Amino acid sequence: MNSVLDIAFTSNIKRVWHPVFRQFGLLALVLPGASLFLIPWLWMLSTAGKDTALIWKTPPVWIPPVYHWDNFIKAWLQGDFAVYYLNTFYISGMNVIGILISSVLAAYAFARIRFPGRDILFIVVLSTMMLPRQVTLIPLYMIFSELGWINTFKPLIVPLFFGDAFSIFLLRQFFLTISRELDDAALIDGCRRLGVLFRILLPLTKPALAVVAIFNFTWAWNEFFTPLIYLDSPKLFPITLGLHRFIGRAQIDIQFLMAMTIVSTLIPIGIFFLTQRYFIQGIVITGIKG
Amino acid sequence: MAARSSLADFVKRRFTQRTEDILTAYLCLLPWIIGFLAFTLGPLVFSLVLSFFQADLFTRNIFVGFGNYIDLVQDPLFLKSLRITAVYAFVSVPLGAATALAVALLLNQKVVGLGVWRTVYYLPSVISGVAVAVLWMQIFNPRMGLINNALKVVGIEGPSWIFDSTWALPSLIIMSLWAVGANMLLYLAGLQGIPTHLYEAAKIDGANVGRRFWHVTIPMLSPTIFFNVVISLIAAFQFFTQSFIMTNGGPNNSTLSMVLFLYRKAFQQTRFGYASAVAWVLFAIIICFTLLFIRSSSLWVYYAGEERDE
Repeated sequence: MNSVLDIAFTSNIKRVWHPVFRQFGLLALVLPGASLFLIPWLWMLSTAGKDTALIWKTPPVWIPPVYHWDNFIKAWLQGDFAVYYLNTFYISGMNVIGILISSVLAAYAFARIRFPGRDILFIVVLSTMMLPRQVTLIPLYMIFSELGWINTFKPLIVPLFFGDAFSIFLLRQFFLTISRELDDAALIDGCRRLGVLFRILLPLTKPALAVVAIFNFTWAWNEFFTPLIYLDSPKLFPITLGLHRFIGRAQIDIQFLMAMTIVSTLIPIGIFFLTQRYFIQGIVITGIKG
Repeated sequence: MAARSSLADFVKRRFTQRTEDILTAYLCLLPWIIGFLAFTLGPLVFSLVLSFFQADLFTRNIFVGFGNYIDLVQDPLFLKSLRITAVYAFVSVPLGAATALAVALLLNQKVVGLGVWRTVYYLPSVISGVAVAVLWMQIFNPRMGLINNALKVVGIEGPSWIFDSTWALPSLIIMSLWAVGANMLLYLAGLQGIPTHLYEAAKIDGANVGRRFWHVTIPMLSPTIFFNVVISLIAAFQFFTQSFIMTNGGPNNSTLSMVLFLYRKAFQQTRFGYASAVAWVLFAIIICFTLLFIRSSSLWVYYAGEERDE
């Protein structure tokens, strides 16, 4: 019974067949969930290409006999979406620039230099991440309105040139993973502290900079609350406010709404697909090393 | 002599290096410090002060002491928003955490096409809350929406979802589950960080799948769970976009969140003092729950080894 052949045979069956059954079992669990998560997307795509009659048809038609691509063009033209797109690019781009400049410097100080008050200041950075923004919202609104900044992009951009807690934290974590010996060698060779940052650390942290840029661009792209508070005139609206305004229009057709919802998500989705590796890395690093 | 001078040199260099270090550090931090004072600490103090005033942008401010807070606890609409926010947070966060963990556990089983599934589950988290809200408004549409059409297939006449005051809040909670992808990724990363030798040791000791889950996976994952739940709770207490866009707090104020209440008081009625008091109540609640959670963490969060300082 316990012959060598027998053992070899059973273990072989196990090795070849067991993983296959296992995969089927796993897929049987993964697929239904994945379809639940996918269906809203498919439904959005399908609805965006329908005509009005087809939309109200029950049971719903999943694949419209004629896919009305012109819905996208009509909706785009109806809703000033070109303006919204440009505004969003501008706001998100400026956010990324401001955050990168200010957060790199702060993160470097926290990660590499010993100075009195460092730990306390770092705790302050971390606690601002937990602070609900509603607590500072009203005074900020009053200050910005005093400065005449209401209905300009300034409240959405200027504060970010003064650092962003999350990005400081993320960059600091990255800097800590780079060996300090490199800095020390450069310092002994007479390099200044800031020289160390720009000549040695930054070239090594390009992926981290990419993560910060990608995240902040996407967040700025998706931001709704701040522009809602500070912007009044539609010609300044980012895409989120534009989409909200689009719903508000009397009797907008659902297919147009869905078409523009798709259009509003193209950039974040595109960024995600192009930079998936960075994206996931960023989430993992900030999440785990808490 | 040469030794002496080089020692003096060394001391001097160390000293100037140290001064230069401190100066450089504060120079690097200067933008953040200015920003913190101007855009966080200053407004924070200002808003606390404001909460003791009857204030708007136009007339003079009147000191009312705790008046705003006393009015708040007697404002039935505020109390309702408090209850709605609590229900939303304490239902959607555990439900979301469980869903995210379940998906992460599945995807951690070396399933084929991991990258594809990961993307499918994560993608809804990439797009804006506005886009999600607009899409789900149509999905919840009682007549042509996806959900009621699906229910009709199995012979159920679905409710009016976001147009029904009983179902509106559950609708928002259901919708929030679509965006658990980011949490799922964190759990997946946490699971992949659990050393396999722990499972092998447990297996040798005769632990079955269930026991391995309870005695290896859960303890090792507890820091990740803890971090996720804290962050999600803080976010859930501030829910706004969904109810602002989909239901505008309705029907019959059944989805009026605290932040929506605050938004209306501040930006539709310009009652800045009253709205500041709302903000501080929200802040106090968030701090209380976060601290409570952190204090309780020693009971159920397992940290393998010490946290590294640097």
